[in-house]
Amino acid sequence: MSEIKLERIDDNRLLLPQTGKMKVPGIIYANEKIYQLLKGDESTKQVANVAHLPGIVNYSLAMPDVHWGYGFPIGGVAAFDLESGIVSPGGVGYDINCGCRLIATNLSFADVKDRISDLTTALYQHIPSGVGSTGSVKLSGKDQKKVLEEGAKWAVKAGFGLTEDLEATEDSGAMTGADSDHVSARALERGKQQLGTLGSGNHFLEIEVVQEIFDEAAAQAFGLRKGQIVIMIHSGSRGLGYQICDDYLALMVKHMQETKIELPDRQLACAYLNTTRGQNYLAAMACGANYAWANRQLLMHHTREIFEKTLRMAPRELGMRLVYDVCHNIAKIEEFKIQGKMKKLCVHRKGATRAFPAGHDAVPERYKSVGQPVLIPGDMGTGSFVLVGQEKAMEETFGSACHGAGRVMSRTQATKVSQGRSISRELADQGVLVMASSKGTLREEMPEAYKNLQDVVQVMHEAGIAKKVARLKAVACIKG
Amino acid sequence: MKSYKLLNHTADIGIEVWGKTKKELFANTVESMFDLIVDLTGINNVNEKVVAIKGADAEDLLVNFLREALYLFNGKRWLVKKCKILELTAGQIVAQLQGEPYDSDKHQLKKEIKAVTYHGLSIKKTARGWKGKVIFDV
Repeated sequence: MSEIKLERIDDNRLLLPQTGKMKVPGIIYANEKIYQLLKGDESTKQVANVAHLPGIVNYSLAMPDVHWGYGFPIGGVAAFDLESGIVSPGGVGYDINCGCRLIATNLSFADVKDRISDLTTALYQHIPSGVGSTGSVKLSGKDQKKVLEEGAKWAVKAGFGLTEDLEATEDSGAMTGADSDHVSARALERGKQQLGTLGSGNHFLEIEVVQEIFDEAAAQAFGLRKGQIVIMIHSGSRGLGYQICDDYLALMVKHMQETKIELPDRQLACAYLNTTRGQNYLAAMACGANYAWANRQLLMHHTREIFEKTLRMAPRELGMRLVYDVCHNIAKIEEFKIQGKMKKLCVHRKGATRAFPAGHDAVPERYKSVGQPVLIPGDMGTGSFVLVGQEKAMEETFGSACHGAGRVMSRTQATKVSQGRSISRELADQGVLVMASSKGTLREEMPEAYKNLQDVVQVMHEAGIAKKVARLKAVACIKG
Repeated sequence: MKSYKLLNHTADIGIEVWGKTKKELFANTVESMFDLIVDLTGINNVNEKVVAIKGADAEDLLVNFLREALYLFNGKRWLVKKCKILELTAGQIVAQLQGEPYDSDKHQLKKEIKAVTYHGLSIKKTARGWKGKVIFDV
C-alpha cells in the first residue's frame, strides 16, 4: 500500500507533490473512480521513483491506465533534457515498440457476419501465435540488417504491403538513427525466426465492428463508419526487442556506480543521453522499433491475404487500408514548448501512445486537419477506442495519451477467479469468438482483469488530451 | 513439493523462492523459472551444460544467472530441468544445468517469460534458510 498523499488538481488530474529527492512533482490522470482503483497499487510509488531521474522536465506523468510495472509504471510518460537528462531501457520496456495497428475494410458486419467463424479459423491457422512460435520468413543476416534499419519500409519493398501503408505508420515505419552494429549477436539470433509472429500474453489480432461514432469529421478523415469491419493488431518486437532491452539494462546496471546517479529501483538503470552508452542504446532501440514495425506490416499483409482468400474477394473490393499504426513502448526525441521556448526532449512512453494534434508536422497529410489517430485497445470483451490527439496533449503530456485499459487484477488472481469458468464461452455469449493457443492466457486476459476502458478513455477525453472518435466492438479475437 | 510460490503483481509474474542454503536458493530459483515456462515432467532425456556468471552483488548475480538460463531457452531453444550449483561466491556463480533441446511435439510450454527484472528483487537470510523474490516480465 502506498503512503504517498495525492492532491486533486481537477476532476481528471491528481498531483503527486515533490518530496525527498524527487526532482519534479508527478501528475496522474485519474478521475475519482480510477483513483479508487489506484489506491492499492504500487504504481503511484513508481511515478515518484521516475521523478528521481536526472534531467526530467516538468513532471513525471501517468496516464489513466497506469498500473504497477517494473521500474517505470505502465502508463508512464517522462521527458528528459538532452544535455542533463538520461535514457532508460526500463523506461521503454522489454517489448520495444509494442504497438497497435488498425486496418479498415470496405466490409460491413451485416455482409460477413456468417463468415466471421471461417475468417477467424483461417487467421488462427495461418498467423503464427503463442509461446515459441516462429514465422514464415527466415531472414538472412543481410536482410535482417535491413529490417532493423529500414523497418516497415523493408517489408513493403520486399512485397509485404503498399507504400500507402507507410504513410499511415508513426515515423513512416522506420525510426531514424537505427544502427544494427549496436545490436548484440544474441538479439539478432532471437530475431531471425520471429518476424511475422503475433507472440503471446496480451498480444492479439481482432476483428472488430465500428459500433459508435463520436466525432463525424475525424471518423470520416480516418475512413471509419458505423457497422464497418476493421482489424486491430497488437504486437511488438518479439525476442529481439526483449534482448536489446535486457542487454542494455545489464550494461547500464553495471556502470551505475560511475554515473553517480542514485536510483530508488535498479530497474530504472539509465545512461546520460549525451554519452556513447546512451546514444548506443537509442541506436539499438531504434532497431527494435523498426523490427516491430516490419513485424506488424507482415502481420497485416498476411491478414490481407487471408481475407482475400477466405472471402474470395479482390484487394480493391476488400479495400483493406491502414488507418494508423502507433507504438506505445518507446523513447523519442521530440520538440515541445518549455517555458515559452521550443526544446528537443527525449520522451519515454512506457505503455503510452503518441497523441499529436491537427497541424503537427509528424501527422500524415490526410489527417493533418483533424489530428493523429490514437488507437486504444481494450480487453477481449470490450473492444477498442479510436481517439484523436489534441493541442492540450502538447501542453500537458508531451503529446501522449493512454494505451489501453490497464490491468487491475494480477495474472495469478485472474487465473484464480476464473477457476471452473469457460472464458471462451462467456465471450461467445457476448458475441466474441475467441481462438487461443493457451487456455491459461485466456484466463489471465479475461475482461474482468482490466479496468473499464470507457472510464480510462473518458479521462483523456474530458481532460482534452485526446478526443473520442469511435468505439469498436470485438467480434473475433486470436491470441497466443 | 514446490519450493516457490507466486506473488501478486498486477502486470507481471513474481515468485518467492526458498532454499536451505544460498546455493539451494539459486538452484531452486532457476528451476522455478522453468516450472513457469514448461511442464517439467516432459523433460526426461537430459544432458548437461555448465555456465559461469558474474555479478556485482548477490541480487545482481541472481538476475544475471537467471538471464543466462532464460537465454538458453529463448535464444538456444534448450530447456532446463535441474540445476546444481558448483560454486557460489560473492561475485560469481558456476552451475551445472541439466536439460534438453526444446521439441514442440514433446514439451508443453506454459508461459512466455520475456525477461528477468531487477524490480522488487531481494535475497534474504531467514531463521529457516534463504528466501528470494524475483519479478519476471511476461
